[in-house]
Amino acid sequence: MKKLLLATAATSLMAGTAFADGHAKEVKLGIILGFTGPIESLTPSMGDAAELAMKEVTDSGLLLDGAKVTPVRGDSTCVDAGAATAVAERQITGDGVKGIVGADCSGVTGAILSNVALANGVVMVSPSATSPALSTAEDNGLFFRTSPSDARQGVVMTEVLMEQDIKEVALTYTNNDYGKGLADSFQAAFEEAGGTVTINAAHEDGKADYSAEVGALAAAGGDRLVVAGYVDQGGSGIVRAALDSGAFDSFHFPDGMISAKLVENFGSEIDGSSGQHPSPSEELSQRFTDLVGGAFEATSPFTPESYDAAALILLAMQSAGSMEPGDYKDKVMDVANAPGEKIQAGELAKALQILKDGGDIDYVGATDVELIGPGEAAGNYRVVGFEGGAEVTAGRK
Amino acid sequence: MDFLNALVAFLNFVLVPGTAYGAQLALGALGVTLIYGILRFSNFAHGDTMAFGTMFVILITWGLQGLGVSFGPLPTALLALPFGILVCAAFLLITDRFVYRFYRRERVKPVVFVMVSLGVMFIMNGLTRFIIGPGDQRFADGERFIIRARDFKEMTGLNEGLAIKTTQGITLVTAIIVVAVLFWFLNKTRTGKSMRAFSDNEDLALLSGINPERVVMITWLIVAALATVAGTLYGLDKSFKPFTYFQLLLPIFAAAIVGGLGNPLGAIAGGFVIAFSEVTVTYAFKKVAGYVLPDALAPSGLAQLLSTDYKFAVSFVILIIVLLFRPTGLFKGQSV
Repeated sequence: MKKLLLATAATSLMAGTAFADGHAKEVKLGIILGFTGPIESLTPSMGDAAELAMKEVTDSGLLLDGAKVTPVRGDSTCVDAGAATAVAERQITGDGVKGIVGADCSGVTGAILSNVALANGVVMVSPSATSPALSTAEDNGLFFRTSPSDARQGVVMTEVLMEQDIKEVALTYTNNDYGKGLADSFQAAFEEAGGTVTINAAHEDGKADYSAEVGALAAAGGDRLVVAGYVDQGGSGIVRAALDSGAFDSFHFPDGMISAKLVENFGSEIDGSSGQHPSPSEELSQRFTDLVGGAFEATSPFTPESYDAAALILLAMQSAGSMEPGDYKDKVMDVANAPGEKIQAGELAKALQILKDGGDIDYVGATDVELIGPGEAAGNYRVVGFEGGAEVTAGRK
Repeated sequence: MDFLNALVAFLNFVLVPGTAYGAQLALGALGVTLIYGILRFSNFAHGDTMAFGTMFVILITWGLQGLGVSFGPLPTALLALPFGILVCAAFLLITDRFVYRFYRRERVKPVVFVMVSLGVMFIMNGLTRFIIGPGDQRFADGERFIIRARDFKEMTGLNEGLAIKTTQGITLVTAIIVVAVLFWFLNKTRTGKSMRAFSDNEDLALLSGINPERVVMITWLIVAALATVAGTLYGLDKSFKPFTYFQLLLPIFAAAIVGGLGNPLGAIAGGFVIAFSEVTVTYAFKKVAGYVLPDALAPSGLAQLLSTDYKFAVSFVILIIVLLFRPTGLFKGQSV
């Protein structure tokens, strides 16, 4: 029995070494997204997009002399910080991932960053966490995001409203990290620009009736009502109640509200309203849609951002000539920004070759990536207007 | 002019929505109070009975709409209402036959009945979600407004608009009709009198030859009608979502207890007390005060007592105050 145990141990030890040798050229990347939970309808295409970038790199055979990139999926749940940190811990210590694409929602992203990624020194690139609080979180240069901070959206919103000469607005937000963060950053930017926010009130999602909330908003008054909510949730309820009671007849909608559903719900009743949402130019999104070729929903929110997140990690590795997070974390900003040759989505092989030859690249990708400040996307917004019951593009910022 | 503006703002944001909400709560509370008075237990399944009945009204409405049937300017759901009531009544009678009757024969304590109703609540809860799903359903059609805010402003030249939705009008009219019929039934008909006798003193009623099973059956029929009507009106006016009906249980019980459990008149008064407290306590009076008061006295803040987030807390507080100082409610009902 003892011999048998010894023999088994020895064999497994040898097998282990052989296994490691055979896969010395394997790079594992974690994909931690909320595959269950409140944004479960968005995450499948986000995960697919990240894996598309990895496959593209693997197929090129150029990363670190032919390394193979293997994705490891994990469920962030979007809301349960405990579950999300456990998944990240397991991926880093168990699977040995060298970087993480994720997480998705702002709350769990912050939890993984401070509890797991910092302690283990692993790079995280989130495609969709937009809370302004993450800009100032302690990250040792390990955290990046390919989506813009809502601090930026607050400034864009202010510009849009100021250009239309609107100086006084009422503001309501959905009562969570997203809504609160966006509402506060907008209020700060708007007041700095000389505007007045007459009321900044929360609303709860999933209620049947918002007439009391609208009563308070109407009492405070304003030229326009800013609704920082979700179109499938309380946001539409607020708009409905405001229109019904005649409290407001024009609105401003941030990204959570811009959707085909909005026009479907309200048609020409919201004519004269405005809004904005992060969106790459038509040209880039068309290019990415062609690249995906119908394998998944290419224009779904945060899907192109997921492709870019995975691509950035891999390009930084190539630039540093190492798959260790400690080596490549300083290269992320370099590959994302000028100077260098512009790299579109689908041109990762070309980028890897340039980096291998010691050249510089400026990654554009699916969303025109430009990292600013603490490593977050500068953000390109499409300004929308509503005319004759339809949503129209009113400019870009 | 300023005074008129203030009045219209108050009507638009407090009185009209408060009245409609109050009528919906009153109908719900009537059902709770009837069960408490005659069957002698607090029916926790009432909110879900409302959702259950409304669900059938919605399904039948969709069917009618599919067939191209409409009710002119009124919502089609009103046509579907009687059928919804029948299905809901059938379900309640089956529940009574297989669940409550056993415990009634055992003569169990009221608290056991409450727990049984809790179980029934979970079953109905699940059935509703299983059949129609947990999401929002919209089934209102027909003319949406009696008066639109914009038209009102043009008509009167005032700064403030007044909007009255068709559903708010229907809610009030239906509630008045239902309450009138119910009171006529309880006070004038032989069956209604036997129900009141059963409620006052069960043993005496039995001695005088009243058939208890018949009284129980008729109670469930009335409760099914009240619950389905209340649920449909609430769903038409706001929106149908199973979870919000479950949450309605709190203000409905508050209304029934404030009015005095077992007293139908109290249930109606309680419904309006709770509805108006919720709306006025959370309303920001800045605008109204700004019109009425001279400029120097006009408030710069919102003049709001409680944020709208605390709407449900208002019913809790009223409930506690009434239980502490007047356990039998405003109109003398049974003490809890």
